[in-house]
Amino acid sequence: MTGPLSAAPRQPTGPRHAARPDDQRIGFRQGLRDSMIVAKRNLLRMIRIPEIVIFGMIQPIMFVVLFSYVFGGSINIPGAGLDREAYREFLMGGIFAQTVTFATAGAGAGIAEDMQKGIIDRFRSLPMARGAVLTGRTFADLVQTAVTLVVLAIVAFLVGWRAHEGPTKTLAAFGLLLLFGYAFTWIGALIGLTVRSPEAATSGGLVWLFPLTFISIAFVPSENMPGWLQPVAEWNPFSATVLAVRELFGNLPEGYRAPDSWPMQNPVLASALCSVAVIVFFRKQAVRKYRQATG
Amino acid sequence: MPGAIYAEGLVKTFGDVRALDGVDIDVPEGTVLGLLGPNGAGKTTTVRVLTTLMRPDKGRAEVAGLDVLKYPNEVRRSIGLSGQFAAVDDYLTGRENLQMVGQLYQLSARDAKRRADELLERFNLAEAADRTAKTYSGGMRRRLDLAAALIISPPVMFMDEPTTGLDPMNRQALWEVIEELVASGATLLLTTQYLEEADRLADTIAVVDHGKVIARGTSDELKSQSGGDVVEVVVHDRARLAEAEEVLRRLGAGETTRVEHTRKLGVPAPGGARTLAEVIRELDALGIEMDDIGLRRPTLDDVFLSLTGHAAGADGGEDPPPGAAPDGPPDERARTRDQVRKKVSR
Repeated sequence: MTGPLSAAPRQPTGPRHAARPDDQRIGFRQGLRDSMIVAKRNLLRMIRIPEIVIFGMIQPIMFVVLFSYVFGGSINIPGAGLDREAYREFLMGGIFAQTVTFATAGAGAGIAEDMQKGIIDRFRSLPMARGAVLTGRTFADLVQTAVTLVVLAIVAFLVGWRAHEGPTKTLAAFGLLLLFGYAFTWIGALIGLTVRSPEAATSGGLVWLFPLTFISIAFVPSENMPGWLQPVAEWNPFSATVLAVRELFGNLPEGYRAPDSWPMQNPVLASALCSVAVIVFFRKQAVRKYRQATG
Repeated sequence: MPGAIYAEGLVKTFGDVRALDGVDIDVPEGTVLGLLGPNGAGKTTTVRVLTTLMRPDKGRAEVAGLDVLKYPNEVRRSIGLSGQFAAVDDYLTGRENLQMVGQLYQLSARDAKRRADELLERFNLAEAADRTAKTYSGGMRRRLDLAAALIISPPVMFMDEPTTGLDPMNRQALWEVIEELVASGATLLLTTQYLEEADRLADTIAVVDHGKVIARGTSDELKSQSGGDVVEVVVHDRARLAEAEEVLRRLGAGETTRVEHTRKLGVPAPGGARTLAEVIRELDALGIEMDDIGLRRPTLDDVFLSLTGHAAGADGGEDPPPGAAPDGPPDERARTRDQVRKKVSR
C-alpha cells in the first residue's frame, strides 16, 4: 500500500540491532524538550478550562481585601503598632507566599486526573523521558503561578501596597516566591500520584496548607502567639519565605526587629534552601512513584 | 528465530488473581495475531506487558527483537499502541493531540506537524482537526487514537479491543483501516471479544481464558477442531421430522441433532456443499417441505464454547446469574450451548 500509513520516516531501529545497555538513559536535553511539550499541553488545557485559573485567583484577591480591611488595624505589628497602612504592607508578603503554595492542589489534581485516564498509557508507551509528564505539569503550574502573582500584585498595588527597594530586589522577591511555589507543586505531584483521584488530591493538597500558612508570621507576628508556638512559627519554612519577601519588598516597619532564630535572621537563604531541598526530595519520590504507578 | 512479538511463560498476579498464568505468544513479522477471549481472560494484561506498561512477575518477552524488560525505551520506539479507551486529551484539538504524540516519539516539530496533517486527512478528521477532542463522537475519538498510534508507522502494533463499543458502521470503517495497515507489512497483535473481528483480521488466533492460551491456530483450523460443517434443516411439518432425520442420518456423517420445538435438525457434513445438495434432493423427492436449509460452518463462538465450556464474552464458566442480561434470549442461548455440547461429545 502507498500513502500516509507507510510514508513516515521509519525509526532507525532495525530488528535485533545491538541495543546498548545504556539506552535507558535519556539525556537532559531530551528530558527538557519532552517536559516542555507536556507543559505546552497542560497550558493549552488551562487556557481551555479558564475557570480553574480564575478561581485560583479569586481566593488570594479576597484575602487581600478581607485582611487589609477587616483585620487591618486590629493586629499589632512590632515597630508600627496598630497602624492600618503598616499592616497592609506587612500583609502582602504573607498573601503572596500563601498564594504560591496553592499551586500544590492544582498540580496534584491535574496529575491524579491524568493517572485515571487512558492518556497516561499513551505517555508511558512513548519513547519519552520518564519524568517529563510530571515535570511538564509542574512547569505549567509555574506559569500559572506567575500569572496569578502578576494579577495579585496589581490588586495589591490598587489597595496601596508598594515595593520600596528597587527593581532588582523586587524581582528577587518574585523569583523567591516562584521557586517556593515550584517546590510545592512537586509536593502536589506526589500527593496526586498517591491518592489518584482529582477530588482527593485537591483537598489533600490544601488541608495541611492552612496550618502551615497560618502557624507562621504571615498574618500575625510570632510575638503575638503563645510562647510554645513561637519557635514553631519561626522555624516554619513558610515564615522564612514571608519574611524574605517582606525584606526584599521593603515592607517591614521602621523599628522592626526579626526574631532571633536562624531562619528569621537569614530568611532569603533559609527559604531558598528549603525550596531546593523540597524539589530534590519530592521530585525523586514522585518520579519513582510514577514509574511504579501501573507496573 | 522468534517473531516480531514473542513472549514466553508470562505470569502476572494481582493479589489472589492470576491474570496471566504462563502466556506464550509468537507472532511472525508481518502477520496478525488475534488474541481472543472474554473479559478478564488476560488479554489486556498481555498487551500491557508487551508494550512496557507493566512488568510481569515471571517470563520474558521480546518486541521487534528487543527484550521488553531490558530495553523498554528502545521497544517504545518501535511500537504503536491503540487502546480500548481512546487515549487522547479531550481539551486538545485533534491536530494538537497528534503533534504532541509525534514530538514525544521524538519527531521534529516540523515532521510531527506534517505527519499529523497526513493522518488527519487519512482518517477523515481533517475537518474536525482544529476542534477539541471533547467534541468528537466515539468513532472519531477511536480514529484519532489509532492515528496517534500510527504516527511513526511503527513496525509493531498493538490494538487492545479496537472496536469495542463502536457501532457497526464505525467498526467496519476501522476494520478497513486496520486491513490496509496490515497490508503495508506491519506486525499486529489485536485483542478482541468479537469472534467475527478475529476471523476477519487475524492470520492466526490464540484463544485465551483465565490467563492461559488454550488453543491456537488459523481460523479454519480452530473451526475444524470444533467439528466442521453442519447441514441444518428446518422441517415445515412437525409430523415428518422423524422421516427427515432418517435422511440426514443416512447422508451425513455422525449423530444428528434434533430440536423439537423449532423443528430443526442438524448433521455433520464433511462433504459440505455436496452433502447439502444430496439432502435437498432427497427431501424434495420425499415431498418433505422445508422452511429453511443451509450449510452452517461452525463459528468461532462454537470454537470458544467447545474449548472453554462457556460463551465468549461471559466472565467465567458459570451460567449468567439470574437477572443478568445475556446476549440473546435465554432459551436461544441455552439451546446453542446444548447443540455444541452434543457436537463436542461426538
